[in-house]
Amino acid sequence: MTSPANDRRKGSDTAPLLTVDNLTVTFQRRGQEPFRAVDGVSFSVRPGQTVGLVGESGCGKSVTSLAIMGLLPKRGNQVTGTVDYEGTNLLTLSDDDMRDRRGKDIAMVFQDPLSSLNPVIPVGLQVTEVLERHRGIKRKDAMPMAADLLKRVGIPDPNRRIKDYPHQMSGGMRQRALIAIALACAPRLLIADEPTTALDVTIQAQILALLKELVEDTGTALIMITHDLGVVAGLCDEVNVLYGGRIVERGDRHPIFREPRHPYTNGLLGSIPRLDTVGERLTPIPGSVADNLPWDHACAFAPRCSQPVEVCTTNTPTLEESGGRALRCFNPVEVAR
Amino acid sequence: MLRFIIRRLLQMVGVMIALSLLLFLWLRSLPGGTVSAMLGERATPETRARLSKALGLDEPIWVQYVKFMGRALKGQFGASTGVLPGADAFDIFLKRFPATIELSAFAIILAVAIAIPMGYVAAKRRGSAVDNAGIVTSLVGVAIPVFFLAFLLKYFFAIKWGLLPASGRQDSINCTRVTNFFILDGLLTREFDCTWSALKHLILPAVALASIPFAVIFRITRASVLDVLDEDYVRTAEAKGLANRTIRGRHVMRNALLPVVTTIGLQVGALLAGAVLTERVFNFGGIGDTLAVSFFTRDYAVLQVLIIAAAAVFVIVNLLVDISYAVIDPRVRTR
Repeated sequence: MTSPANDRRKGSDTAPLLTVDNLTVTFQRRGQEPFRAVDGVSFSVRPGQTVGLVGESGCGKSVTSLAIMGLLPKRGNQVTGTVDYEGTNLLTLSDDDMRDRRGKDIAMVFQDPLSSLNPVIPVGLQVTEVLERHRGIKRKDAMPMAADLLKRVGIPDPNRRIKDYPHQMSGGMRQRALIAIALACAPRLLIADEPTTALDVTIQAQILALLKELVEDTGTALIMITHDLGVVAGLCDEVNVLYGGRIVERGDRHPIFREPRHPYTNGLLGSIPRLDTVGERLTPIPGSVADNLPWDHACAFAPRCSQPVEVCTTNTPTLEESGGRALRCFNPVEVAR
Repeated sequence: MLRFIIRRLLQMVGVMIALSLLLFLWLRSLPGGTVSAMLGERATPETRARLSKALGLDEPIWVQYVKFMGRALKGQFGASTGVLPGADAFDIFLKRFPATIELSAFAIILAVAIAIPMGYVAAKRRGSAVDNAGIVTSLVGVAIPVFFLAFLLKYFFAIKWGLLPASGRQDSINCTRVTNFFILDGLLTREFDCTWSALKHLILPAVALASIPFAVIFRITRASVLDVLDEDYVRTAEAKGLANRTIRGRHVMRNALLPVVTTIGLQVGALLAGAVLTERVFNFGGIGDTLAVSFFTRDYAVLQVLIIAAAAVFVIVNLLVDISYAVIDPRVRTR
């Protein structure tokens, strides 16, 4: 199947749909030191492209997505940098202008489908309210459209299911419903924040297949936020590995998986069980994000790194780009030749 | 949904029967008794026995109960012995009870109408001036005794500034009585000056009575809205770009109201108790005085009808609460 979207996705010269430049999010809590959850993150997404933001809990990947959506609470959060969506900096838009775009141009799929759906109103209404809001369609006319959307994301018997409440659906079906809500207005950018984490494995595979199919059919750009490299391997064109609020490595999927250069990426790959290397022990990354050094005068990952050198604790590594990849490391993993 | 309501109605009948039995036993186990109250301590045993027999109090207690229930189902609650000797207890109830219900209903409507919007705003703007003002007001509302607040209101608004009437339910103008709910009566007979007068008399007692339910409902609403604002589905609603109005009504308040509705039901009990106190200060002519007098004179007939009626109001209100709960939350219906 060669759709125009597929062609665009191959061509790397298409102009980006969304460009995030030097995005920084600082949490300011009373009586505490300001904390930079996202620290100068830059990346871009082209139409039809799937970009992964990968990292463990607390690396800033979800905060990045909320900042793009303008969903961070105003109080206590300072967001700087630019989020350029086809020439408009989303960060400077007024609340009302941003509200007009959310759900229409940019939509989001959340992690836990049960808590992300309103428990006291039927699923059908939760789909139609987006259509009512952004397309001005009457609820009566929007209902058949909602049923079509549910059918498209693979929910059987959609005409009955639109009257169901979230608690009457299975986990997989709820996640499909959330995806249907996100797709209702045919957004050009979809952000999926760990969309499979709360689901069991077989359902995870189905949801990923669904997302992939939708992205290929519609040419929607997808930002995939995950801690699961399996998800990245199956779905993403480009991977951004985040650590401590900064991108530490970027590249296309195959090169990253074949020859990870950053010790953190390498560690993430090493801690996944593999079927083809029976009997080998998994190599976990020691420590936790609590051990991080501040980026200001060191590499945050140094305390947990498998191959630190002296400069790692005295200087801040910069993100160096070369050959379509980017790396932030003083002592990268040697590529086996 | 219908099955849910029917089941609750049947439960309600059971509760009322159990309640009537407990009340019957409790009243008759009180020291003293109707006969002593009517005849005094020095009555001869013969007169006591004669009166006891005339009132049917010489029979075994379960016989009395069965007879009482039999008559009660026909709407006969017997004659008063203490409040207004010889008068039909049910007539006293019909005359007095509407005043208390009118006052309580007005007070709870007042409390809900102010507390819920204020609770929402306080939660939405946590830590703001509105929030702090609401918290202080609700603390004062809970802490100040109802009768004291009633006195204060009466002193300033009625006596010192003469803005509102100080006592009674209505000015002495000729008003036709239909239901003894004075506001309703005025509307039914189109005597709007009667309604207006009744309304003016209602304001001060209702404000005094509303203070505690207001405080409780405000605090519960505020806490509940704060919880719901943190929920993932509210973030989803924001991510959909929905209008503020839709998010507030459909996603926040609809979920936040569940605990609030329960609280309102429970507050009705406290409200009836508070009404008794408020009525005395404003000489309102509800069941307050009647209950006190009938208690001291051991007027079983009047006590039974009033207490059962008050209990029935409480049970019915909580039935309505359960039903509205099921209307709001589909998960309750399927249980």
